[in-house]
Amino acid sequence: MAARWQSSAARRHEDSAAARAIALAGMAREIRVRIVQTIRTAGMGHVGGDLSVTDILATLYGAVLNVDPLDPVKPDRDRLILSKGHCAAALYTTLASCGFFDPASLATFMAPLSPLNGHPNRRKVPGVETNTGPLGHGLPVAVGCASASRLSGGAWRTFAILGDGELQEGSNWEAAMYAGHAKLDRLTAIIDRNGLQQGAGTEETNELEPLAAKWAAFGWNVLELDGHDHQALLLALAAEPSDRPRVIIARTIKGKGVSFMENRVEWHHKVPSEEQTQRALRELEAVA
Amino acid sequence: MTAAAPLPAGGDPLATFDCRQAFADELVRLARSDARVVAVCNDSVGSSNLTSFKKEFPERLFNVGIAEQNMVGVSAGLANGGLRPFVCAAAPFLSGRATEQIKADIAYSQVPVILCGLSPGVAYGALGPTHHSIEDLSWMRAISDLDVVVPCDPDETREVMRSALASGRPTYMRVGRIKVPAIDQGDSTFRVGRFRLVRPGGDVALIATGTMVSRALEAAILLEAHGIAARVLNAVSVQPIDEEAILAAARETRGIVTIEEAIVRGGLGAAVAEIVVQRQPVAMRLMGLTGFAPTGSAEFLLSHFGLTAAGIAERARELVG
Repeated sequence: MAARWQSSAARRHEDSAAARAIALAGMAREIRVRIVQTIRTAGMGHVGGDLSVTDILATLYGAVLNVDPLDPVKPDRDRLILSKGHCAAALYTTLASCGFFDPASLATFMAPLSPLNGHPNRRKVPGVETNTGPLGHGLPVAVGCASASRLSGGAWRTFAILGDGELQEGSNWEAAMYAGHAKLDRLTAIIDRNGLQQGAGTEETNELEPLAAKWAAFGWNVLELDGHDHQALLLALAAEPSDRPRVIIARTIKGKGVSFMENRVEWHHKVPSEEQTQRALRELEAVA
Repeated sequence: MTAAAPLPAGGDPLATFDCRQAFADELVRLARSDARVVAVCNDSVGSSNLTSFKKEFPERLFNVGIAEQNMVGVSAGLANGGLRPFVCAAAPFLSGRATEQIKADIAYSQVPVILCGLSPGVAYGALGPTHHSIEDLSWMRAISDLDVVVPCDPDETREVMRSALASGRPTYMRVGRIKVPAIDQGDSTFRVGRFRLVRPGGDVALIATGTMVSRALEAAILLEAHGIAARVLNAVSVQPIDEEAILAAARETRGIVTIEEAIVRGGLGAAVAEIVVQRQPVAMRLMGLTGFAPTGSAEFLLSHFGLTAAGIAERARELVG
């Protein structure tokens, strides 16, 4: 009887996830459009990684995180740390879409004296938890957030989004080792596994594989999924914690949604021309 | 050199206080009265004197193992979660290994973390330059929005801890291991950005920090015998620096000697010189270490680099005698 009830509840959960995934797809489309427009206006940015991480951010802010744009520092909020701080434009457009600040200010991205620096600053942008940019900083801070949560009785969950290339920074593994040791069960790391870093593929630069086995060896639960599948992301991110930290290896495509940017290393921080921008926007807006 | 070698000139038989014990006791006291206080360390429970803290507050001690970058990042996250971390680690590894975390996660992010560099300077003596922390003042002072403070004795160590906790400002403080006497600082209290006058005088100014304050006071007594009145300033706040006290010293004396248990490039002496050369030029001498130290005990090394009462008095006499 109990098993049947659980099964039915799980099915309802999945049906609900499917419905929410449709809404998240719309949100992600809007964020991608704004990313391309923002970078075009600024003439600077990291469009490839912005587009690969978009669905992860949209799912978190659209359906998972307990955060309040009207009270961005409420003590029991969930913490989201974007360790790959160079993808600030993706974070800013997501925060603006959720009401943390006026989307009109996205036009000031990286302009002189704008609060929207090329890497996020918590003192200037509501919703930013810590100043990132140098790689390998986000996970240690997230481990501290999760430790504070545990000390206060598990008041909030902590999520950290890491680039795959930045896993070459040793500080991540210091943090992974300690989180596994401390069994920080309310901590989730999400790896934007797009396979490319600034200059080349991760595997030809300094190989990360077998990545899942490495995290498992450090005492983490590991889940691999399609990082552009909102329903899969939602089910994974909203799942109840187990007895240890968990890492979601989200397989993504750098430049996702714009055909001529996808999986092209040069679009790490190339800026689209006007013609390329229009083409990119047409492609993004045509997505169902 | 034998174990029975006498104290070098300037060694003070009254120098009996190790600031680490005051630090450890005060940390426990603060944790009793403020539930936000936590300690973070790198396998340094013993060397940071955290044993009593661990016994009383086991769940509030985060020992991340030998991993300084993670240690500082974790402290930033703990502060984000509403806590007030004291990061307790040997000064060379805290300031050197985690410099970028101190810059980005603590200072630039402006979180209330107190970074406590234990056993700074040449305290580790014959362990050698890998374990000496003589660069920390220069490195930390170059980071914006980070207070850099160097207490001179156990009482001031406690004062600095209370002040940093109350202010919530990102702070790097040295916690000395080399024994020092208690310094009489009259009725003055510690304030960030302020030096403390520990002896008046109008011929020369001795601006010293940390372990060098007691030696500067002894030097002033030696100078008095030569008819030189030395003003002694305790430069407890290296950043922000006390511009007013420096300008007054430059105006009212014939020269300034700075003395620090640190490399002479970029620390206290440089901070004072930056003010002096731009606003009130006066002759200066910068005393401290001039390079990597040779092998020797802490006391031997301080003597080797002239950081004794006699050495300080001699430089002051060269300057204004």
